[in-house]
Amino acid sequence: MKKLQKADYIKMYSFMLKIRRFEERAAQLYGMGKIGGFCHLYIGQEAVVVGILMTIDKNDSVVTTYRDHGHMIARGLDPKRIMAELTGREDGYSAGKGGSMHMFSKENNFYGGHGIVGAQVPIGTGIAFTHKYNGEKNICRTYIGDGAMNNGQVFEAFNLAALWKLPVLYIIENNKYGMGTSVDRAAAGLDLHKRGEAFGIPGEKVDGMNIFSVIEAADKAGKYVREGNGPYIIEVQTYRYRGHSMSDPAKYRTKEELDNYKQTDPIEIVKTEILKKKIATNDEIEKINKDTLEEIKNAAEFATNSPFPKDSELYTDVYL
Amino acid sequence: MSTEILMPALSPTMTEGNLSKWLIKKGDTVKAGDLIAEIETDKATMEVEAVDEGIVLDLLFKEGEVNIPVNKAIAIIGDPNEKVEVKKEAPIEKVIEEKNIEKNIETKIENKKADLIDTPSPKIEEDRNLSSDEITMRQALRDTMAEEMRKDNKVFILGEEVAEYQGAYKVTQGLLQEFGKERVLDTPISEHGFTGLAVGAAFKGLRPILEFMTFNFSMQAIDQIINSAAKTLYMSGGQINCPIVFRGPNGAAAQVAAQHSQDFSSWYSQVPGLKVIAPSTPYNAKGLLRSAISDPNPVIFLENEILYGLKGPVNNDINFSIPIGKANIEKEGNDLTIVTYSIMLQKSKEAALRLKEEYNLDAEIIDLQTLRPLDTETILNSVKKTNRLITVEESWPFGSVGSEIANIVQRDAFDYLDSPVIKVNSADVPMPYALSLEKLYLPQVDDIINAAKKVSYIK
Repeated sequence: MKKLQKADYIKMYSFMLKIRRFEERAAQLYGMGKIGGFCHLYIGQEAVVVGILMTIDKNDSVVTTYRDHGHMIARGLDPKRIMAELTGREDGYSAGKGGSMHMFSKENNFYGGHGIVGAQVPIGTGIAFTHKYNGEKNICRTYIGDGAMNNGQVFEAFNLAALWKLPVLYIIENNKYGMGTSVDRAAAGLDLHKRGEAFGIPGEKVDGMNIFSVIEAADKAGKYVREGNGPYIIEVQTYRYRGHSMSDPAKYRTKEELDNYKQTDPIEIVKTEILKKKIATNDEIEKINKDTLEEIKNAAEFATNSPFPKDSELYTDVYL
Repeated sequence: MSTEILMPALSPTMTEGNLSKWLIKKGDTVKAGDLIAEIETDKATMEVEAVDEGIVLDLLFKEGEVNIPVNKAIAIIGDPNEKVEVKKEAPIEKVIEEKNIEKNIETKIENKKADLIDTPSPKIEEDRNLSSDEITMRQALRDTMAEEMRKDNKVFILGEEVAEYQGAYKVTQGLLQEFGKERVLDTPISEHGFTGLAVGAAFKGLRPILEFMTFNFSMQAIDQIINSAAKTLYMSGGQINCPIVFRGPNGAAAQVAAQHSQDFSSWYSQVPGLKVIAPSTPYNAKGLLRSAISDPNPVIFLENEILYGLKGPVNNDINFSIPIGKANIEKEGNDLTIVTYSIMLQKSKEAALRLKEEYNLDAEIIDLQTLRPLDTETILNSVKKTNRLITVEESWPFGSVGSEIANIVQRDAFDYLDSPVIKVNSADVPMPYALSLEKLYLPQVDDIINAAKKVSYIK
């Protein structure tokens, strides 16, 4: 297990909180009509991406699904520009042409943000292929929703990754629902982490509400992949507090179920640990809270004041 | 009683074969099932078994002889009991002689036809670097890939059977031997997966050449082509480009029926973010493939299985390229314009010859070469000169490349048109299997001639 320093705890807490506040603010802007289209929030799942972040190398690549705001924040990207993409403005990471589901930052090795369920899995496998082809020691972390685990191309990618021993870490974020359909109504066999077994890909199930479990698993899996042993699957059991997207009232689950998960809120777990280990005082935590709120508020202001893309932008970036 | 052993057709598109090796010699007794020869086809080298029994009376071709037409006698076997008699009367020599005469006549006819149809356009003949010898389209493609792989380590090829098998249509022959298995990768039959993988590799900076065994199978992967490869540059605000070439045979082969014979040129040409190329000769295949591999965007490169064996001169300069988006005026003319691409260029040229001979119509032929971006300027300039237009292509009629050209021409050259634009397409049905129906399905020279007459108001 990676030895966590005091600064690591603060980093974890800050990032998770930043994601939470960002998503809350995004929901507000959506309600105000400032954000359009689809908007998938990450609230409740923060420990997954931040846990993985704690083990990541700067030159590793990442590719994920359309539920990507938190992933970008965890990658260290600027909340201002992420929010500006959500509002479809020219300062957004995709210059307002991608929106919530399609955001990228090549210089940070963040390869999206993909709107088609499952499509990012072969793509992430191809990015891993490139790391190997170029003789780099880096790996590609490829996130998969539980819904995509019933999608054919995922298994084609598993087969190729295992066949060619590609440095790819598959992270299944199992938040229990693919849109409105619970995992048990969609997947025959609930052990999603075992779905690589036939290809010889080791898999592990992890409690995704507890960041420390995530870090431990990610650290072990990351090392395995980086050492050239081929792909590895982590299934992270998590939960989204909100609906599938902003337009989803989530009537398919009970309030009790949601409340039950909120009892083990991933941010509270880290906060408790920080206070218990006396890494920071209550006042210091409060200061982080206040600063984070302020930062996100500024991001929202920036995103609503940034200009819309110029009309001439309609025809740019079709070809290089 | 002697029996001829004929050059067998060992693949749907095989029209001739090379005699790599005899496994029998004159005087041998062969039984049904014995291996008698190794024949090299357009796809592979295969062993041929005897079906009849007897003594080998003669071998009509030497080892190493090439381009022997299908159904040509290659050996003669006889009844062992008549062996002596046959030798005495020596009728075989006569048979051979007759065969040879027949062969010469046929070859002459073939050559004449080939001269007429395969003559490079005047512009190409002006190319100072034009090779004196002719190579096949297959070899032109292969050579270009090899040349580009030598130049840039980031170029690699993947697909089904591209490596150890040497290519389902032998287009990647020898690449594994030269570049190794790190750069020439056999994939499982898993188009959706390996296409997504190649797209990811291109996002990350490699330059994959992805071979679809045929474009029919690209349907398994079309989401990755359209939603990932074509759109990501736009969706990322210009950050992430996808320098990839999707190539392979498109369109009808020979009697492989509905699921293996269809033309996707208009499908892909509809998609912003993709470039679409359809070469028609070894010369432009070489120049265009080089441009495709060097292009920073995803390129759909539509080859044609029947054209793989087409021979012609090429420009062997390893930097020779033909720009994407530029049509070639294959033949100049004043009476009407024929806009075509890919395999239909050959039929259009044949039609143009007959139009001249039979109706004294001088057709201008434009070979599009690139379908997206479309060279509208060349088309419009030609229509402004000839005032009549027909389009000839193998795709289905609804929303075809010709439909878009007709739209552009009526919009931008309405006053120049002396007759409505006529499109010649395949029949609006799935491809049938039967040889007779397949012929009806595909545009034929007569269809082109009829369209030309119609726009020229000739009854």
